[in-house]
Amino acid sequence: MWGYYVMLALRSGARSKALTALVIVLLAFGVSACMVSYAVFRATTSDPLPARSSQLYVPLIDNVGPSYNDQGEPIETLSYIDAMALWRARTASRLTLLYAATWQVEPENPLIPAMSLGGDAVTADFFSMFDVPFRFGGGWTADDDARHATVAVISRHLNETLFAGRNSVGQEIRLDGQLFRIGGVLEDWNPRPRFFDAGSHGTVYAFDDAGDIYIPFTRATDMKKDSTFSYCPTASSRPDTSHWDAYLHSECDRIDAWVELATPAAVDRYREYLRHYAGEQQRLGRFSWGPNVRLRNLTGWIAYLQVTPRASSLSMLVSASFLLIVLLNVVGLMLARFMRRAPEIGIRRALGASRSAIYRQFLIEAATMGFIGGLLGVALTLLGVWGAGGLFAPNIARLVHADTSLMALTVLLAMAATVVSALYPTWRASQTQPAWQIKITG
Amino acid sequence: MQLRPIVGALGRHKVATLLIVLQVALTLAVASNALFIVATRIVHLSRPTGTDEAHIFVIRNGWRMGQNAAQIDANIRTDLDTLRHVAGVRDAFSSQGFPLAGYNVNIITRLKLEPDQKTRAQLATFYASDEHAIDTLGLSLVAGRNFRPDEITAIGSNDKMSPPGIIVTRSLADKLFPGGSALGKTVYLPDGPAAVIGILASLQGPLKESRSIDGYTMLVPTHYLDPAGVVYLVRTDSTAMKPVIAATLKALQERGGIRIIDPKEGVVTMAQERERAYAADRSVALLMSILSGLLLLATAGGIVGLSSFWVSQRRKQIGIRRSLGATTGDILGYFHAENFLIVSGGIVLGALLAFFANLGLMDVYELPRMPLYVPLWGALLLWLLGQLAVWGPARYAAKVPPVVAIRTE
Repeated sequence: MWGYYVMLALRSGARSKALTALVIVLLAFGVSACMVSYAVFRATTSDPLPARSSQLYVPLIDNVGPSYNDQGEPIETLSYIDAMALWRARTASRLTLLYAATWQVEPENPLIPAMSLGGDAVTADFFSMFDVPFRFGGGWTADDDARHATVAVISRHLNETLFAGRNSVGQEIRLDGQLFRIGGVLEDWNPRPRFFDAGSHGTVYAFDDAGDIYIPFTRATDMKKDSTFSYCPTASSRPDTSHWDAYLHSECDRIDAWVELATPAAVDRYREYLRHYAGEQQRLGRFSWGPNVRLRNLTGWIAYLQVTPRASSLSMLVSASFLLIVLLNVVGLMLARFMRRAPEIGIRRALGASRSAIYRQFLIEAATMGFIGGLLGVALTLLGVWGAGGLFAPNIARLVHADTSLMALTVLLAMAATVVSALYPTWRASQTQPAWQIKITG
Repeated sequence: MQLRPIVGALGRHKVATLLIVLQVALTLAVASNALFIVATRIVHLSRPTGTDEAHIFVIRNGWRMGQNAAQIDANIRTDLDTLRHVAGVRDAFSSQGFPLAGYNVNIITRLKLEPDQKTRAQLATFYASDEHAIDTLGLSLVAGRNFRPDEITAIGSNDKMSPPGIIVTRSLADKLFPGGSALGKTVYLPDGPAAVIGILASLQGPLKESRSIDGYTMLVPTHYLDPAGVVYLVRTDSTAMKPVIAATLKALQERGGIRIIDPKEGVVTMAQERERAYAADRSVALLMSILSGLLLLATAGGIVGLSSFWVSQRRKQIGIRRSLGATTGDILGYFHAENFLIVSGGIVLGALLAFFANLGLMDVYELPRMPLYVPLWGALLLWLLGQLAVWGPARYAAKVPPVVAIRTE
């Protein structure tokens, strides 16, 4: 029976070619516009660490007060003082402190010129907390952190440049003139967005590649290495790094902190701890304002930073409206199509077809058109994704890809959309009075 | 033309009419907002920097570790001398930023008119400059004078910035001294007073986001000794920059041990920087235009489809009207008027929707308020589109011969 209805649908489509073609083309465009936007939206809003994102939290403490904070919100990084306080308190199961910075790499091979490369100063738990994949070796231990060890983890890309991709664990690398032992080489690792150091690296660069160098936080601090971004509560808000110790213990905010909290109770406890800490600082006279702390999980943090590019969310919004308009259109055209066939329906009903049979026939017809529209939509979506390079900024466009799930979703959306928009026209068709139709046509 | 029979006839196709009304309304709401966004982006990305962009390129020169301020100062002087002598180079200067480069911590400062001014200081961006800056950027000095070579100081990134004289843009001068001329007046930087010695026609700051301080720019006579690096701005004689870039890099490479110039990001022309800085804006504008175009086409397609259906449904009615004396012009007029009525209904509803959508977008995307003429132009466009879309079906209807009235189908 189903096959018969599909065949009927194809036949009736062949009869009113223009109307059918219009419905299919409109559908294809509406659905593919949505899908291309969705492909971009998905790439720019996806959870970079789905397995752990609900357990990773960013603590913020307002150490600059109402005159310098971000309209009541604490600055997006911590001061060194507060970061160290969290580090010493160890209230969370795991904690990592980090900040983005740049180092000069002087290769031993004289043929490779010196380079200035970005990366992060991190603590030992960084690698395990963020599931960072290693190609060779691994991270370092808490002991190395405590010893301010000169150990480094480098990216696969840097390993290609310096060691032609060989296992370089145990070799040495010169960073800012100091020798570091290579403890590990990463696999390709580029979380999107680059969430882990968004505060100290700047949200503008959220879709840039991750850095090439990771060294212990304690060692980087010894090297007087400043973070890429630093916010100081002064008239010029410019950091004065001429006296490193004074700068380090100033109220300049420059450190990203992450804590791992497994249960809601642990989250509550940690939030309470932060509030208590800020309250204590107020009593000590360091803060002249009440506790103003935040604790956001990874997804909440990304949402707060608003890293999703405007082009991506706007095009999602507009293409969704486009699909809605297309659907209104399809309802009208379907109505026209089905009403035109009132005589046919009348005869079928007179010959004993039940209302539900009419329902089935027309909904299957709609689904068939939706399927064809979906197939055309897949072609247009592929075209759109292929053309994304010309439509979106380069750093966004390269994240966009079409996969089978996107293709399947395109067809499904097209079919669902047509069936939904065929509901009312089908109901109207099923209301056809058999006798009346036969009389008129007779 | 009597509208009452048209309205009456539409009453018999309530759902179909409502569908078109809704469609037109949504189209107007979405398209006018989208096209308004396009307009704001195009205004934004076509802002002039005020410089001779076609002839300028920039070298991001990083310093190797371990050089002190005096060495860096000497490096910059030698480098500038080298750069200015490369064939094809018209002029060059060193700075800490350049137009469209984006935010960094060393480009914004605050200006006061009194040393102990209590009101909010005026924000402004600045470029570290020397006497070659005006010629290199291709700026026009409308009043006052250029820096003299002996006025150029050298300061480190942690030093106080307190130059004796500065050059400001006309918009900054007018903002600071709305009443009269700023020339010769004293302003107060965070680290001390400075006299305004010259006024520029225009110059954009290094920020690329549209901000209120965009044109509030000043030149500070100093070589900026940041141990991380320096920016060299170079103006060439011709627009064919490739050979000149290669020659300057080669010249700098003779003293390559003191510097790091990234092979990929180290040199950028102003044209490339403009492309890069506005990539996101161009993307928004392009996407919104394409989607608006599709939207309008879809709506037009829908009108064509439904109108054709109505025409075919009313063949008999049209035949009767024709045999009772209606001319083809009457039939044409009927369908065009009908379309006009439906689209008008959609426009009224759509204008309201557009207004509320704009309010929502203002919240989320910090968009300005949409001026009234945007939905008005949109309405005009939709009326036109509706008339065009009904053109074919109406022509078809007018061709129905009167004889249809007496023929049984």
